[in-house]
Amino acid sequence: MEVLADFFAQYGDLLLQEAWNTILMTVISTFFAYVIGLPLGVALVVTSPKGLRPHRVVNAILGWIVNIGRSFPFIILLVVIIPFTRLLVGTSLGVAGAIVPLTVSAAPFVGRMVEQSLSEVDAGLIEAAQSFGASTWQIVWKVYLREGVSSLIRGVSIAYITIFGYAAMAGAVGAGGLGDLAIRYGYQRYIGSVMVAAVVICIIWVQLFQSIGDYAARKIDKRR
Amino acid sequence: MIEIEHLNKTFTARSGVHHALSDINLRIEDGDVFGIIGQSGAGKSTLVRCINMLEQPTSGTVRIDGADITGYRGRQLLGLRSRIGMIFQNFSLFQQRTVLNNVTFPLELSREGRGGKNATREGREARAKELLELVGLADHADRYPSELSGGQQQRVAIARALANEPSIMLCDEATSALDTRTTVSILNLLRDINKNLGVTMVLITHSLAVARMVCNRIAVIDEGRIVEEGSTEQVFSNPQSAVTRELLHFDSLTQVQADEERAGN
Ligand SMILES: Nc1ncnc2c1ncn2[C@@H]1O[C@H](COP(=O)(O)OP(=O)(O)OP(=O)(O)O)[C@@H](O)[C@H]1O
Ligand SMILES: [Mg+2]
Repeated sequence: MEVLADFFAQYGDLLLQEAWNTILMTVISTFFAYVIGLPLGVALVVTSPKGLRPHRVVNAILGWIVNIGRSFPFIILLVVIIPFTRLLVGTSLGVAGAIVPLTVSAAPFVGRMVEQSLSEVDAGLIEAAQSFGASTWQIVWKVYLREGVSSLIRGVSIAYITIFGYAAMAGAVGAGGLGDLAIRYGYQRYIGSVMVAAVVICIIWVQLFQSIGDYAARKIDKRR
Repeated sequence: MIEIEHLNKTFTARSGVHHALSDINLRIEDGDVFGIIGQSGAGKSTLVRCINMLEQPTSGTVRIDGADITGYRGRQLLGLRSRIGMIFQNFSLFQQRTVLNNVTFPLELSREGRGGKNATREGREARAKELLELVGLADHADRYPSELSGGQQQRVAIARALANEPSIMLCDEATSALDTRTTVSILNLLRDINKNLGVTMVLITHSLAVARMVCNRIAVIDEGRIVEEGSTEQVFSNPQSAVTRELLHFDSLTQVQADEERAGN
């Protein structure tokens, strides 16, 4: 008990601070990844050959962008994108510096997830909406996004946890956060206890997020 | 009145060109309950989908109340569709909306109605409640479709299709997923709607028994062609085509079977 008290007296603030940094950068990155990825996913579905507004060229270009973005190794993107990150937020370090590469790397992934969720929506519902004279926009808002909501929420947990994993990597190049802390103390200074504590916090947080996501997805779904 | 002239529809697939509809000519009068009958793959759905332009005809004309709709695009097309109700084999209700909000759906879309009583949520819900009353589901307004039986779900779909006061209602195998008793009750409801509200019904079915119960006119379609058309009595008493006779024969078989089952019980 005393050991634990000592440990938290010494490292508690640090852990708390870095945990907060991690949560901040991952939540904000997830938000912006959806700001880009949600319209991207919608556009992929709408312009697909069987979509509401089929458009081969647009669909192919979007598909390409997504595939290139997804196949780009994150650790390389992190470095390559530094000038752009500086331009956008003034620094490539800290929470602000991490948000840009995290968002850029997650947006294409989110786009695919959204596309997947929306394409699961029963085609019969799209047809029914069309038969009542719904416009493309109305079908996107009132049918795709609304009927696909449960699957979209599940997608948010997956996207968030993926971004969380990337954020630990971003820690290696000065983004801060729990990943950075674990590496600095555990790997470079051999203070294993801090590393273990950082990892435990990560696990608990990811579990919590997943459970909340699952619960929300189940709660909101009115199908049986 | 719906007038279909020299209507053709072809689908081009990798395997080649498929003639789903070949030179269809039909005239459906106001107030008709018009049955379109045929085997699976005959082209029934394709034909009916040409009436609200969910399917773009390859050639020919479809006129509704004298206006050729085959050239309609954009707003004009959406406006046309909003005046034609449609119901489907598997109901196609929005699972994440309550029964009430399924019925308000078509009302939320209307562009011209912005200033009218459908402009407010209260107005739309009041109208939806009237319609649920009409189909006998007023006390299920706040339920979700997954909590209803098939027959109840189809009633909701009928209420939804009636929301914009259509003059035409298209029914694509509306009773095919339902048991006998529920089928009869849905058909009775459709007939009441036809009688009381004067809605013209175009009813697809592959069951002659269903057609016989509610239709005043019938067209039989086979491999994309109309092989027979006439009043219901005419078609039943004096079938002209082999396809119709085949359907009749099958129908009498199932009738016999049903009778035997009833006798057995
Ligand atoms: N989008 C499409 N692309 C290619 N072929 C199609 C398409 N829609 C329909 N068809 C073909 O056209 C023919 C008629 O189809 P349709 O759906 O109108 O038949 P149906 O009479 O409604 O059959 P069912 O009773 O099974 O619903 C079928 O051979 C079908 O394969
Ligand atoms: Mg069909």
